[in-house]
Amino acid sequence: MEPMDTTLEILSDKASHRPAEAEFEPEILAFCCHYCAFAAADLAGVMRLSYPPNIKIIRIPCTGKLDVLYLLKAFEKGADGIIVAGCEEGSCHFQRGNLIAKKRVVYAKKLLQSIGIEDSRLEMFNLSSAMGGRFAQIASEMTEQIKRIGPSILRSNKL
Amino acid sequence: MIVAEQKPIAEIISIAFKHKSILVVGCGTCVTVCFAGGEKEGKTLSSLLRMKAQMEQKLLEIEELTVERQCDHEFIEKIVPLAGKVEAILSLACGAGAQLIAEKFPDKIVYPGLNTTFLGITEKQGIWKERCLGCGTCLLDKTGGICPIARCAKNLLNGPCGGSQEGKCEVNPETDCAWQLIYERLKKLGQSECLEEIIPVKDWSTSRDGGPRKVIRDDLTL
Ligand code: SF4
Ligand code: SF4
Repeated sequence: MEPMDTTLEILSDKASHRPAEAEFEPEILAFCCHYCAFAAADLAGVMRLSYPPNIKIIRIPCTGKLDVLYLLKAFEKGADGIIVAGCEEGSCHFQRGNLIAKKRVVYAKKLLQSIGIEDSRLEMFNLSSAMGGRFAQIASEMTEQIKRIGPSILRSNKL
Repeated sequence: MIVAEQKPIAEIISIAFKHKSILVVGCGTCVTVCFAGGEKEGKTLSSLLRMKAQMEQKLLEIEELTVERQCDHEFIEKIVPLAGKVEAILSLACGAGAQLIAEKFPDKIVYPGLNTTFLGITEKQGIWKERCLGCGTCLLDKTGGICPIARCAKNLLNGPCGGSQEGKCEVNPETDCAWQLIYERLKKLGQSECLEEIIPVKDWSTSRDGGPRKVIRDDLTL
């Protein structure tokens, strides 16, 4: 059958190139909603806030667009961690997209656990477009969290 | 539609890991609608299997394909080229689809990836409920369109039993008592007198008791 979604192809590009590792620098994808987290990331830049360069942002029109398969494919391609960032609960531009995403993240965490991958490699956050500082903080916290867990076994076990 | 659920991942992994190559076949009909074995579920499962194989450094080639229906010969023809490349096939169809694949490929090991659960309806997104047992002699006309065989825990033809309480079934208080539903619906339709008619002992030979069933339509056979 046809590929279901071009996002899956973008994912393979974003997650598969990594520099040779000296100290562990995690590769973290951030699926950011266009209306909040993506704008917040932009604002963080405008505010000249620095956050770890480990975060690679993928803009999605709403976290409701998030598919469990995007998350799995990203891990399969070797991502060490994934952030899903959507609007604050009750403020979704499409009313319930972030609540749907929340359930999908819970489900994806269960799938990860079922094959023995730490589910804390995947976290969802809620923030508004005005929270540039919060975005930088999430990026730093998540980078620290993934550094503590260590590199994904899928990265080191490439056959 | 036929409602099914995917087998636990651990069980599927232990099946798949017995082989070096496996074909994961989704089915595009009932099990797509109940999100158990369609194209997306096939891709999700294959992704999990590939990751697990990589984590355990096990060589496992995974082929993926979803056909419109696994219970029709013409659609499973499409599997032939891929089936030749693999040791085993994991069918994400209902038991009927999985069996037709096994019949079609007599020298392949065929595994079911789903537990086929019931004939039912989508109550709302993400919730499915059983409605019919395929008894072969439908009596919904006598029971206000509510099936006492599939929906009453005791398959009572003349209910309710003594355990019906406040509209709920004594076997599971989360479930509506089918006979309470029948009573209310018949009353609303002005057909309460139907309840006075005793439904006779059912001839179960049209159901499973008569062995596997077969339908033949001479006007259609070629
Ligand atoms: S009476 Fe038989 S055929 Fe009719 S809905 Fe019930 S189980 Fe199905
Ligand atoms: S309580 Fe109602 S549904 Fe449950 S077994 Fe009795 S008659 Fe059937």
